[in-house]
Amino acid sequence: MEGSFLKTALVFLASAVAFVPIAKKLGMGSVLGYIFAGIVIGPFVLGFVGEEGQDIMHVAEFGVVMMLFLIGLELDPREFWKMRKTIVGLGLLQMGLSAVFLGALGYFVLGFSHSVSLAVALALAMSSTAIVLQTLKEKGLSKSASGEASFAVLLFQDITVIPILAILPLIAGSSAPAAGESHSILESYPGWMQTLLVIGAVAAIVVAGKYVVVPLLRMVSKTRLREMFTASALLLVVGVAYLMQLVGLSPALGTFLAGVVLANSEFRHELESDLEPFKGLLLGMFFIGVGASVNFALVVEKPVLVLSIVLVLMLVKAIVLFITGRIYKIKTDQNILFSILLSQVGEFAFVLLTFSNQLRILDSYWTEVLMASTAISMSVTPLLLVLNEKVIDPFFGTKEVPPDDKEPDEIDEQHPVILAGFGHFGSTIGRFLRANGVRATILDNDSDRVELLRKMGFKVYYGDATRLDLLRAAGAENARLLIAAIDSPETNKELIQTVRKHFPQMEVMARARNRMDAYELIDLDVKHFYRETLYTSVHMAIDVLRKLGYRHYTATRKGMEFIKYDEAALEKLAKSRHQMKEYILTIREQIEMQERLLSEDLHGILTADDHAWDSEVMKKK
Amino acid sequence: MTKILILFAHPLYEKSRIHKALKKAIPETSDITFRDLYELYPDFNINIKQEQQLLTDHDIIIWQHPVYWYSVPPLLKQWIDMVLEFGWAYGPGGDKLKGKYVMNVVSAGGQRTVYNPEGRNRFTVRQFFAPLDQTVMLCNMKYLAPFVVHGTHSLTNDEIRDYASQYKMMLNKLLHGEIDLMQSANSDYMNDLIQ
Repeated sequence: MEGSFLKTALVFLASAVAFVPIAKKLGMGSVLGYIFAGIVIGPFVLGFVGEEGQDIMHVAEFGVVMMLFLIGLELDPREFWKMRKTIVGLGLLQMGLSAVFLGALGYFVLGFSHSVSLAVALALAMSSTAIVLQTLKEKGLSKSASGEASFAVLLFQDITVIPILAILPLIAGSSAPAAGESHSILESYPGWMQTLLVIGAVAAIVVAGKYVVVPLLRMVSKTRLREMFTASALLLVVGVAYLMQLVGLSPALGTFLAGVVLANSEFRHELESDLEPFKGLLLGMFFIGVGASVNFALVVEKPVLVLSIVLVLMLVKAIVLFITGRIYKIKTDQNILFSILLSQVGEFAFVLLTFSNQLRILDSYWTEVLMASTAISMSVTPLLLVLNEKVIDPFFGTKEVPPDDKEPDEIDEQHPVILAGFGHFGSTIGRFLRANGVRATILDNDSDRVELLRKMGFKVYYGDATRLDLLRAAGAENARLLIAAIDSPETNKELIQTVRKHFPQMEVMARARNRMDAYELIDLDVKHFYRETLYTSVHMAIDVLRKLGYRHYTATRKGMEFIKYDEAALEKLAKSRHQMKEYILTIREQIEMQERLLSEDLHGILTADDHAWDSEVMKKK
Repeated sequence: MTKILILFAHPLYEKSRIHKALKKAIPETSDITFRDLYELYPDFNINIKQEQQLLTDHDIIIWQHPVYWYSVPPLLKQWIDMVLEFGWAYGPGGDKLKGKYVMNVVSAGGQRTVYNPEGRNRFTVRQFFAPLDQTVMLCNMKYLAPFVVHGTHSLTNDEIRDYASQYKMMLNKLLHGEIDLMQSANSDYMNDLIQ
C-alpha cells in the first residue's frame, strides 16, 4: 500500500513538474500542461496510471470545492448580492438553450428516447468550473466582462447540479435504486423537513462563519503556530463541504458561501495564502485525472463518431453562449472569449453521466462515448483559447479605451497603498490617509490589535507582512506604494527586500527608527525614509528656542533649515561610512558617528542666513 | 532663442479651471521652464540659490497666478522677498538681472470694465500691480503689460479654450521675438498685442 502510494505520488508530481513549466513557457497556461501530463502517464501512452484516473478525479474534485471557497473569499457579500440577477438570468438562458438544442440533437439525430435525450442534454450543458476559473485567474481576466459572465454561468450550473441529481431518478421512471451521489441523511424525512434542514444548514454557515469561525481563528492566530492556522483553514473547508454533503447540497456551493461570509474578516488574506497551494495541487491532480481518463481506445475505434460529437457539442454550446452574451450586451471580443471559455463539457457531466448509467437511463456504450467526448472537449479548451488569443482576438479592435490623460495633480482615489505595520507609527499614517479618503490595505501581525482596530472601522488584515504569499494576496502585484512601518527594523528591512525582489513596480516608503536605520535603508537604495527621531526632536528644539525668546517664525525657519541640512549630511556620511575602520561595537560606532556629525556641524552652514526682511545689511553698506 | 521662466503660484490649483487650461497650453520646449512653486515649497522654505540660478538662465520671467485681494498669492510674495536679494538683484553689485523682462499672467474674477477708474474696482490691473512694476524696475529689469483672464467665474469652457490658445500664441511669439517689448511695456494689456 505504502509503496504504491509513493509510486503514484512520484508519477503525478514528476509528470506535473515536467510538463507544466513547458506549457507555461509556450504560453498555453498550466491547465493544458496538467492535462497533457495526464495523457502521457495515462493507460494509452506510458500506462503508469491505469483505470484509477477516475478515482483520482473524485479526490481531486475537492480542489474545485476549495477554489470556490477562495473565490468566495475574494467576493464582497454586497458585490455577490449585486450579481444575483446576472447569475440567474445568464445561467438560466445558457442551461435552458443548451439543453433544448442538445436534447433535440440527441432525439432527432441519434435517435435517443425522450428520457435519454433529457438526461444527456442536462449533463452536457454543464461547463468546467475548474478549467474556466483557473484559466481566467491565470490570464488575469477574472474582473473582465467575459470573466464575470463566465463566473455567473458556472455558479448557476453548480447550483443546478443538485436538482438535476434529484430529477434523474424521476426520469428513470421507476423508483430505481437510489444509488450514486445523493446519500443524504435527509431522504428519510418528509419534504418540508428537508427544506427546513437545507435552509438551516445555509443559515448555520452564515451565522457560524461570523460568530464561531472568526473568534476561533483569532484564538488560533494567538498561538503563533503557522501550521495550526493552515490546519484550521483546511478544517473549515472540509467541515463545510461535509455538512453540505450531509444535507444533500453542493459542497462547492457551501464553501463558496462560507468564503463570502469570511470575505470581510481580517483573516481573508491569511486564509487565501494558506489554502492557495492546496487548491493548486488538487486542481492540478484533477486536470491530470482528466487527461488520464480520455479513453483513446474508443477514440481509435470510432474516431469519426467521437470527434464529430465533440465538434457538434462544442459548436452548439458556443453558439448558445454567444447568443446569451449578445442578449446581455457583452462586447464582441469579450463575447467570443466567453463563448470559447465555456464551450467544453465540464466535470459535472462525469457525475451526471455515471449516475444516469447507474439508473439505467443511459446504456454503457453511450456513457463511454460521451465521457470520452467530455474529456476531449475539456482537453481542447485551453488550445482553443490560445488560438483565440493569437488568431481571432486581434481582429476585434474593441479593447478597453485608454483613459483620458489626467491632470497629474488630481488625487486618484484608486492609488493602491499597502501599509505594513499598524503600531503607533503606522496607525498615525493610516488615520491621516483615511481622513483624506485614501484607503490602504493594512497588514499587521498582532491579532489583538487587529481585532480592536477592525471594531473601529479600519480595514486591517492579520498576517506576517514579510510573507510573499500574503503580500500577493493583499494585492501587491497591482499596488503602487508600500509603507513599511513595522516596529522591528529587521522585519522592516526583510519586508523591503522581499518587495524589491518580487514587486519592483512598488515604490517603497520606509520608517527608520534612527540614523543607523537610515544608513541601512540607504544601503538598500530606499529613496524615501523617515526618521522617527528627526522631525519630533527638531519640533521640540524649535519650541525650546521659543522659550528662550526667539520669534516663532524665525525658530521654525531655522528648524526647517536644520532638517534639510541634516538630511544632506546623512546622505554624505552614508557614503563614507563603509570606508571608516571596522567597528566592533555598535555603541562605539554610534559615538564615532556622533563625533563626526558634530564636527561637520561646525563647518556647515547651520543658520538661515538669508537677508530677507533684514535692513541691518543695507544700513552697513 | 529667448528663454522663458514661468513661476506658477496657486494655493488651490486642483480646483482651478483657468490655470489648468493655461498650463496645458504652454508649448513643450526646452526654452520654457515651468515651476510650480506651491508644489516645490509647501513649507515656504524657498531654495534661494537654485531660484537665483534659474533667473540667471532665462530672459523673460512670467509670474502666473490668480489675483488675490488685488495682489499676488503669499508664496509668490515670499519668493520675491527671499530670492531678489540685496547685493544680488539690487543695491551695490546687484546687477545680476539686468536686461531681463518680467510680466504677470493672471486670472481675475472681475470683468475688464470693473478694473477701470469708472468701475467698481477703481483701478486698472496695471495700476494694482504698480509695486511689482517698481520691484522689477529696481532690479534693473523691464516690466511688461500683464496677460489677464477676466471674469473667471462666468467663463464658458469655449471661452477658456480661447484664452488658452491666446496664451500659447503669446508664448510662441515671445520665444521668437515677435512681440514689440517696448510697446508692451507701455500698454495696459498684453492680450491686445497678440491678435
